[in-house]
Amino acid sequence: MRNLTGVNDLVVRFANVNGTGSASANNMFAMSIFRMGIPMTAKNIFPSNIQGLPTWYEVRVSEKGYLGRREGVDIMLCVNPQSMKQDVASVKPGGYFLYDNTKNLHKDFIREDVNYIGIPMIGICMRLYSDARQRQLFKNMIYVGALAALLDIELEVVKGIIADEFKKKPKLIEPNVQAMMAGVTYIKENYEHPLGLRVERRDLVGDAIVIDGNTACGIGAVYAGATVAGWYPITPSTSLVEAFAKYSNRLRVDPETGLKKVAIVQAEDELAAFGMVLGANWNGARAFTATSGPGLSLMNEFLGLAYFAEIPAVLVDVQRGGPSTGMPTRTQQSDLLLAAYASHGDTKHVLLIPSNPSECFDFMADAFDLAERLQTPIIVMTDLDLGMNEHLSAPLKWDDARRYDRGKVYTAEDLDALSAMGKQFGRYLDVDGDGIPYRTLPATHPTKGSFFTRGTSHDEYARYTEDGVKNAQVLDRLTKKWDTAKEILPLPEFYQAQNESNIGMIFFGTTTYAALEAIDLLKQEEGITLDAMRATAFPFHASVEAFIEAHDQIFVIEQNRDAQFRTLLINELEINPKKLIKVLNYDGMPITADAIRNGIAKHLEAIKL
Amino acid sequence: MTYIKPKFRHPDLPKNAVGFTKTDYEGVISTLCAGCGHDSISGSIVQACYEMSIEPHRVAKLSGIGCSSKTPNYFLNNSHGFNSVHGRMPSVATGANMANRDLIYLGVSGDGDTASIGMGQFVHAIRRNLNMLYIVMNNGCYGLTKGQDSATADAGSVSKSGSVNPFEGIDLVGMALELGATFVARSFSGDKTQLVPLIKAALSHNGFALIDVLSPCVTFNNNVGSTKSYDYVRDHIEALAEIGYVPEKEEITVSYDSGSSVDVELHDGSSVQLHKLAEGWDPRDRQAAMSRLQQAKAEGEILTGLVYVDPDSKDLHEIIKSDKRPLNSLKEEDLCPGAGVLAMINDEFR
Ligand SMILES: Cc1ncc(C[n+]2csc(CCOP(=O)(O)OP(=O)(O)O)c2C)c(N)n1
Ligand code: SF4
Ligand SMILES: [Mg+2]
Repeated sequence: MRNLTGVNDLVVRFANVNGTGSASANNMFAMSIFRMGIPMTAKNIFPSNIQGLPTWYEVRVSEKGYLGRREGVDIMLCVNPQSMKQDVASVKPGGYFLYDNTKNLHKDFIREDVNYIGIPMIGICMRLYSDARQRQLFKNMIYVGALAALLDIELEVVKGIIADEFKKKPKLIEPNVQAMMAGVTYIKENYEHPLGLRVERRDLVGDAIVIDGNTACGIGAVYAGATVAGWYPITPSTSLVEAFAKYSNRLRVDPETGLKKVAIVQAEDELAAFGMVLGANWNGARAFTATSGPGLSLMNEFLGLAYFAEIPAVLVDVQRGGPSTGMPTRTQQSDLLLAAYASHGDTKHVLLIPSNPSECFDFMADAFDLAERLQTPIIVMTDLDLGMNEHLSAPLKWDDARRYDRGKVYTAEDLDALSAMGKQFGRYLDVDGDGIPYRTLPATHPTKGSFFTRGTSHDEYARYTEDGVKNAQVLDRLTKKWDTAKEILPLPEFYQAQNESNIGMIFFGTTTYAALEAIDLLKQEEGITLDAMRATAFPFHASVEAFIEAHDQIFVIEQNRDAQFRTLLINELEINPKKLIKVLNYDGMPITADAIRNGIAKHLEAIKL
Repeated sequence: MTYIKPKFRHPDLPKNAVGFTKTDYEGVISTLCAGCGHDSISGSIVQACYEMSIEPHRVAKLSGIGCSSKTPNYFLNNSHGFNSVHGRMPSVATGANMANRDLIYLGVSGDGDTASIGMGQFVHAIRRNLNMLYIVMNNGCYGLTKGQDSATADAGSVSKSGSVNPFEGIDLVGMALELGATFVARSFSGDKTQLVPLIKAALSHNGFALIDVLSPCVTFNNNVGSTKSYDYVRDHIEALAEIGYVPEKEEITVSYDSGSSVDVELHDGSSVQLHKLAEGWDPRDRQAAMSRLQQAKAEGEILTGLVYVDPDSKDLHEIIKSDKRPLNSLKEEDLCPGAGVLAMINDEFR
């Protein structure tokens, strides 16, 4: 058997039982890699359940900085008998299987082409600790130590992480270090170490941070000045509002009075959550909510009202596996069409699509500006992978010179000036020719500027009308506003100074990691060069159409079954569908570079024949 | 079509303390059926706001969908209005209130809008003690969709087409009491002397104030056999007390025998005077209110008046401890922690 070897290029998978405290141990392992200056990415693969079912955690270490998931497990750390069979099977030939050998491994689990490394985790714990809960928790630290010894992780780094982790409970530092060191010692005494497959300190992460997208969005909402949030719990969006609450409690509470510069209400359902967001934005506060597919479905009627009555709103959709209740703890990008055209009638919505945590932060701040500038809902489309997994990301950045763009809002002085000029305020008048009217907030002026917000057909003065021509004029102005939006949304990202190929690829969101890696694979291993574009927003900027125009074929890579993004391109830009080739993944796991490479190479091979 | 009323103002029209005439509190001309109860309620709202000298622009009026929900267009033209979607006014009002606690929130809904499609939101607005006046214009039917029975239609009530409602009606007053509402009243669109002071008291209340106003639909539910017709309501009404509203600072002049009258001081310093009370009756006693309501029901009476009030009620903002300033008035300086703090936050993720 040829053992796997190599430096800083490996995948470690942890097989745990959920509810056993493994998450923090696994996270310490991942952070050790990060603190040794090596790029890494971590994925939680967890069940929709609170306790007892299998859960996996996968860390990819990549010197080259590839942050997507990679197929194939090099090292499996399995402490879950329930999933052991499939865990053994998933190890690459020549890989390593780490397990608790307090009891002998059943022969069913033995493979000829895998290295078995037994560590008596329970045995060591029984010897060191008397309390049952301690035995469970410290067992996790023993495997962290064992891995550190096997992979040559610097022990001082692990100790530093333990110290940080238990900063608030310093009594726990010592026993955790002890357990970790017991794992180290066991490996040193019983196995050759380190393995041929190992890590080595580098200086490749710069000022990066490791953070999940939901937390970044939550902090972004604080920085954006959101003061109102209505929400309803749903995986995978819950931790976003929780992060907003956490940082608001930290940064927005008056130390003397205890009063908060924020109002957060857990609503009775997503309809109410969105209703609160609308009411607050209508009244001049920055308000938002976060949800996932099922919640977005419920919000449809209100989204139509917000679009038609032109009320700002910010909504984050952390997409999960659909349809219906679907796979609540798996990732997909399958709400695109629902979000883009949510609600009956001719309705469309602006989408922002971040692809990493730092962009989550930026796009949240942008979303509030855009919502008020455009007076319409802005839907930030993330997904479970981005929202709930920790990503190596550029640090969050804020420019203190940045001012909130509160959009076109008349003040009392504006209203007086208007009437001095003999003009009447019209809520839906297109004063500037950009399709965006001026609004007034309640209580602005004792006698001027009031209007009646409604979802019924209305004229430019917000009066009810059944005149179909007038209604069509309003719809046309909304189209004009839509065109204005295209000019001010975040721009797409292009990965070449100028086009170099007649083939292009388009991707967005969390597909980006794998797509960028696939570009390298295609070039290095298949000799194929492609131009690449990352979409960041809907409706599309003119440069998106230009990119498609400039290529004979475009691969559209996305994580849903129906190629929804491709449909948006076809629908909005009238692209010939034949030109847009689907590369799809919808198994609930983040798409991999291999899947993209294979999809593209296979297609190109097929048309050659 | 909506008509704008000609703005002819008689120079001698009396002005209230904030300099407005009663016409300043009106809206556009109503498009409801002549004789619709809802229009009378609009009139009572206009009168109450004028007499209370509320600055109209300090009011935000909100509604759902239905004939009743159209009425905010027919009063308080100088107030911002929000005609939302069917049954969802409470959440919009909640958000609006969260954004600015200093305004007066006046929500109007129908019995369909509240007791069917909007039941969930209604219940939860009560639970949070949202500071607002919530008026249900209750006609026991869906006026705007041409007269179907609503969930507040009494069992046995006969519709215009002659069908008998087989289902129990929901009593919103009883339900609100059970849910812990802090101001609960019932009234009748045709009884301005009761409704106007009730609206004033409700507007002075700190927290959720429900007034369930029986408001006959002349077009679809005013027939013989209907328990929501003008005739039926007039015949079965039973007022708990005579009610007077005394604004803040005004001295209470009328005095009644103790035992038969109660003054309840409200949050803003005003008070409601209740007199000719039934014996042993105190509107601050929730339990008594619930049993009195049950008793009335058993006797086939429609109980009206201020059924329950908690003058010490704490509203949503007090419960969640939000800033005393309206949140919509806060600026970057108040809200954005700045780049320095962000650098520290970043460090926690390394
Ligand atoms: C989601 C939705 N479903 C149905 C309707 C149709 N609809 C309009 S008004 C109404 C009932 C209104 O009844 P109520 O609230 O009692 O008001 P009323 O007209 O009696 O004053 C219905 C069902 C709607 N507007 N929206
Ligand atoms: S249908 Fe009934 S509720 Fe509607 S306006 Fe006419 S009378 Fe009023
Ligand atoms: Mg009705």
